[in-house]
Amino acid sequence: MKIIRKRRDIHHGDRYFYFLLKGLASGLPLLLFLIAAFLLKASWPTINEFGAAFLFTQDWDPVGEHFGVLAFAFGTIVSSLIAIAIGAPLSIFTALFLTELASSRVAKVAGFLVEMLAAIPSVVYGLWGIFVLAPILRIHVEPFLGKTLGFLPLFQGPPYGVGMLAAGIVLAIMIIPTITSVSREVFRSVPQSYREAAMALGATRWEVMRIAVLKTGSTGILGAVILGLGRALGETMAVTMVIGNRADISASLFSPAQTMSSVIANEYAEATSATHVAALLEIGLVLFLLTFIVNSLARVFVWRASLGRSAR
Amino acid sequence: MRRTQPSALSQLVEITYKRRRLVTRAMMIVLIAAFLVATVPLFSVFFHVVRQGLPALNMDFFTHLPAPVGEAGGGLANALLGTIILVVLASVIGIPWGVVIGIFLSEYGKSRFAALVRFSVDMLASIPSIVIGLFVYALVVIPMKRFSGLAGGLALGILMVPTIARTTEEILKLIPVHIREAGLGLGVPRWKMILFIIVRGSMGAIATGVILSVARVAGETAPLLFTALSSRFWFGGLDQPIASLPVQIFNYAISPFEEWQSQAWGGALVLILFVFVTNIITRLALRRAHGSGQS
Repeated sequence: MKIIRKRRDIHHGDRYFYFLLKGLASGLPLLLFLIAAFLLKASWPTINEFGAAFLFTQDWDPVGEHFGVLAFAFGTIVSSLIAIAIGAPLSIFTALFLTELASSRVAKVAGFLVEMLAAIPSVVYGLWGIFVLAPILRIHVEPFLGKTLGFLPLFQGPPYGVGMLAAGIVLAIMIIPTITSVSREVFRSVPQSYREAAMALGATRWEVMRIAVLKTGSTGILGAVILGLGRALGETMAVTMVIGNRADISASLFSPAQTMSSVIANEYAEATSATHVAALLEIGLVLFLLTFIVNSLARVFVWRASLGRSAR
Repeated sequence: MRRTQPSALSQLVEITYKRRRLVTRAMMIVLIAAFLVATVPLFSVFFHVVRQGLPALNMDFFTHLPAPVGEAGGGLANALLGTIILVVLASVIGIPWGVVIGIFLSEYGKSRFAALVRFSVDMLASIPSIVIGLFVYALVVIPMKRFSGLAGGLALGILMVPTIARTTEEILKLIPVHIREAGLGLGVPRWKMILFIIVRGSMGAIATGVILSVARVAGETAPLLFTALSSRFWFGGLDQPIASLPVQIFNYAISPFEEWQSQAWGGALVLILFVFVTNIITRLALRRAHGSGQS
């Protein structure tokens, strides 16, 4: 009798413990919901007033109380695409170097160095961008690009240093650790037998990487790149500090621009009217939805890639 | 006959083989170059932060309030203190919550509900930190009608949760099933087994994850801009705006005054040293723990 009761007590303890854990864990999906709900509620005035025009007009005039986010969306998307164009190949090759080429000892140290790129705070990248990167771009890189590739509209106009190109480069640096570490995981999960099979067919070292590793891992790499994109879209401080903060839609990469996150960071202090605050919050809501979609997409790809091969 | 007259085919094979070998060699160089290029920014940032930040560090930097515009001297003592306060506040919110979610996902992680929680962890980790700041602004600052240290701490605390939950889950999953079974086999209730065998046994590794996430949020700027704001004075209560090192670095970096820019570099040096040192120490500690566990 006694023994049975005791056992029941044990089960009670387990049940309370489980409910405690579950309760605290359920706070997280709730938090996610609350974030969306509060942003929606706080930005309701502008959603109500401007509707879809908010997304598709370019006119951002806090004095005249007219708000359209198009120029900032352009800045966000273009700077992120530059970041991907520079950062993705570098990261994928770096990941290949770490998994396929480097000895495990070298890979340990080298991998640590790449990971440390992620540890540098955004604001420090911004500081470096203003005082180190931008002068280099202004004095050396942009005049050179203008001279050699100036026939393209991308590389026309006066070299400011700060601008879309600077933002893209800083973002590229910041997403390298993300894309590299995810690609590394993807490459690691490619079965060794694939590499051996390619080698047995007489493939050279690079051909092994191309046929066995890159091709098998392509879905996962895509996922890694999209994850990097998600990170670039929402990055704030470093971009705010180097993009020049002028809401232009210009074909030239040298010209200053403004992104969705940088306009929030820049105008929070001077936003006095309720509509202006609501407009900034609505930008936050758009960013939230955008990154949510992009990251869900990336997750599907990475998940599929790791599910397809390693039967874990 | 074949030996004296190489056929067209074998000649072709020879040529393509040469080309393939060349391509391979070139690609090996490309891979190494990519890695080297990727690490250039790390060294460049470190070099410039040390070179420009070191002269700015002196006693005043760590003990004085910021000087008014145009006056030389002054320091970032209030920002340093503010960052410590904000991080402590964030830890009070973020560490218990994150660890508990990690335990839940590792020990009860197979249900549909757990999949939802795991998805939420991933999504929360990917939301831009400035959006978390806006959320706290709408949640706390608008109703309270003022910027406060409390709001800043809450924003940083939320940012800590997903990283801590993830690392905790991964660490606990490393513990072999037979240890759990041994515990249960002795008649220990499951909750005791989880808390006193599983969690206690990996306390060190969990602490590592926690410390890394603390180091990360200590450098966060964007979510503090419109929650904690900044302040030129000493800490005046949690319901008041509070200075923090990253926000101060930002404000000084975009200012036109050389004195302030130099202090921004000094602040960046302090921040980077803190982040690097915690990263290196925790990693070494973790590696030693892993090494002894395996051998």
